[in-house]
Amino acid sequence: MAQEYKLILKHADAPGYTPDIECYLRQGGYDALKKALAIQPKDLADGKKLSGPEQIREDVKVSGLRGRGGAGFSCGLKWSFVDRKSGKPIYLICNADESEPGTFKDRQIIHKDPHQLIEGMIISCFANDVKLAYIYIRGEMPEGAKILNQALKEARAKNFLGKNILGTGYDLEMHVHRGAGAYICGEETGLIESLEGKRPYPRIKPPYFPAILGLWMCPTIVNNVETLCNVKHIVTMGGAEFAKLGTPNNTGTRIVSLSGHVKRPGYYEIEVGKATLRELLYDKNFGGGLRDGRQLKAIIPGGSSSKVLKAGEKFKLKKKDAEGKEILVETDMLDLPYDFDSLAQAGTMSGSSAIIVMDDSVDIVKALANLSEFYAHESCGQCTPCREGSLWMNKTLQRLTHGEGRASDADYLGKIADNIPGGRTICAFGEACSWPVQSFLAKFKDEFVAKGAADEDRRAKEVSAPEQKQLEAAHH
Amino acid sequence: MSFQPTSELEAEVSELISHYPVKRAASLMVLHAIQEQFGWISSDAVQWTAKKLELQPINVFEILTFYPMLRQEPQGKYAIKVCRTLSCALGGAYELHQHFCAKLGLDAHKHGPQTTKDGKFTVEFVECLASCGTAPVMMVGEKFYEGVSHQKADEIVGGCQ
Ligand SMILES: Cc1cc2nc3c(=O)[nH]c(=O)nc-3n(C[C@H](O)[C@H](O)[C@H](O)COP(=O)(O)O)c2cc1C
Ligand code: SF4
Ligand code: FES
Repeated sequence: MAQEYKLILKHADAPGYTPDIECYLRQGGYDALKKALAIQPKDLADGKKLSGPEQIREDVKVSGLRGRGGAGFSCGLKWSFVDRKSGKPIYLICNADESEPGTFKDRQIIHKDPHQLIEGMIISCFANDVKLAYIYIRGEMPEGAKILNQALKEARAKNFLGKNILGTGYDLEMHVHRGAGAYICGEETGLIESLEGKRPYPRIKPPYFPAILGLWMCPTIVNNVETLCNVKHIVTMGGAEFAKLGTPNNTGTRIVSLSGHVKRPGYYEIEVGKATLRELLYDKNFGGGLRDGRQLKAIIPGGSSSKVLKAGEKFKLKKKDAEGKEILVETDMLDLPYDFDSLAQAGTMSGSSAIIVMDDSVDIVKALANLSEFYAHESCGQCTPCREGSLWMNKTLQRLTHGEGRASDADYLGKIADNIPGGRTICAFGEACSWPVQSFLAKFKDEFVAKGAADEDRRAKEVSAPEQKQLEAAHH
Repeated sequence: MSFQPTSELEAEVSELISHYPVKRAASLMVLHAIQEQFGWISSDAVQWTAKKLELQPINVFEILTFYPMLRQEPQGKYAIKVCRTLSCALGGAYELHQHFCAKLGLDAHKHGPQTTKDGKFTVEFVECLASCGTAPVMMVGEKFYEGVSHQKADEIVGGCQ
């Protein structure tokens, strides 16, 4: 049976564990930092020398760590893109915006084990010659911001931050920066603009890849909270050992946020790919099953932007047979291993590892309308297809859920959604707002059509209120 | 200028500016600091901030108008934010919002924040607050509440003096 595997959340919920530095130190806190700072230059076969920071960067590559923020991009590769020859300072930003609907994992780390994040950040900064770093935390986490500020103060007092850290000659400062309620600040270039004190309008790539032209047009690393925590464990365990956790190309652990119609919603840390969706939903140590008497209708598997999976859907998954030959195996959506690659093969994504479960009590049109309202509210408005498209989709869905629908609305919605993604917008929000619409329509179209048709039918038989009044008067 | 910053605010703002190599970067944090003290951000406060950060007032104003959490007018003493997004909606967020509005004499169908006539409460639907596993969730000021039943909602309102 699938089990939780607590690496990042090892201490967070342990009885008596507190967010202060003394408690963290008692559990071996900042030992990984000390280890990282003490790594000696290594001689290579070709006579070159690999510095301590370079060795950490190599180890992060070896670990196979993929970003936990949404895209699942290789962390080691991202770090290797950083322009180290520009002569400009390199910045690091921790993305603590946690605003993808369904996601509530970074909150646990920030509130319960802030020093783990700070230690991971210090090591990541050291590995990348960063002297100034920021934690961009969403505005709606004022308590989290306070906890982080307190933790930074404690870390400074112990000289884990500041000048000449632990006598190594390495200087690093770190500050908390609060957002103010805009989802688009989670997109890394929007985040950078926001940090610069501007409207969080995402920047176009190319040329504005953060690794080259990021914060104040300097090379910048943006990583998610959980990603940065993992760096600490990679240093402790060694990259090769870390890579044994999880499954090939899907290494380490992930904190899964499980919400919606299960008996035990919550956050569960698993080895990546070592639990299936079925286990996450139904096992008693995870979701514990649906509410009594209810059937599964659909799952949004990786945050609200990921494409919906319909109960009973089947996919062809690539697997290796006994002789190591690649074969295709028909797999029920519930039997998908929860990892990056299997969900991608099923045409969706594990995104921010947030699973939203919907049972058969859910009005699927209403559910999509709910999400569309979110996207219409959160589009930054720079690109016409996204700004107008997200609004039109929302307006159409609102009329469908308020008795004003038409049978043709489903096709109309599909047409709008198809015209937003595909390089027509500056940032991936364009995709993010169309994917739910496209996938809900692809899998539940009959429900959208039926709803619109029923509305039309009703309206055709309806007499308007003023007319009704006149009729009644005439009858008397 | 009629904006009267306290000496603590002055000190906090100086500290915030020192966190960045470019002053403009402090603007969001400075606006947060002002709103925390005064409850909202007046146009005089915008002027003051611009001066502090060596910016044009429009540079400050354009962020004030973009970010949903920043207020251009006074709000109620207690700012109630109910999460509206899918997981919370599945957990009864709309019913909870309706409950607050009915209780406080507000219109649940109106968009945007609404303040009671006595200026005590502002009720607002907001997007996902990153605690979807304990739906429905809400905030009152900086305080966070999870799994809010209607009974719990009544207690929360009752506790606001
Ligand atoms: C619309 C949008 C919203 C995003 N929101 C978040 C977020 O809240 N938190 C996050 O870590 N990443 C978010 N991302 C992903 C970031 O742009 C970025 O890829 C990520 O922070 C990189 O960190 P990682 O490589 O460690 O995952 C978002 C992306 C998009 C397009
Ligand atoms: S795609 Fe949407 S959110 Fe992204 S920059 Fe364009 S308008 Fe803004
Ligand atoms: S949907 Fe309400 S907290 Fe996420």
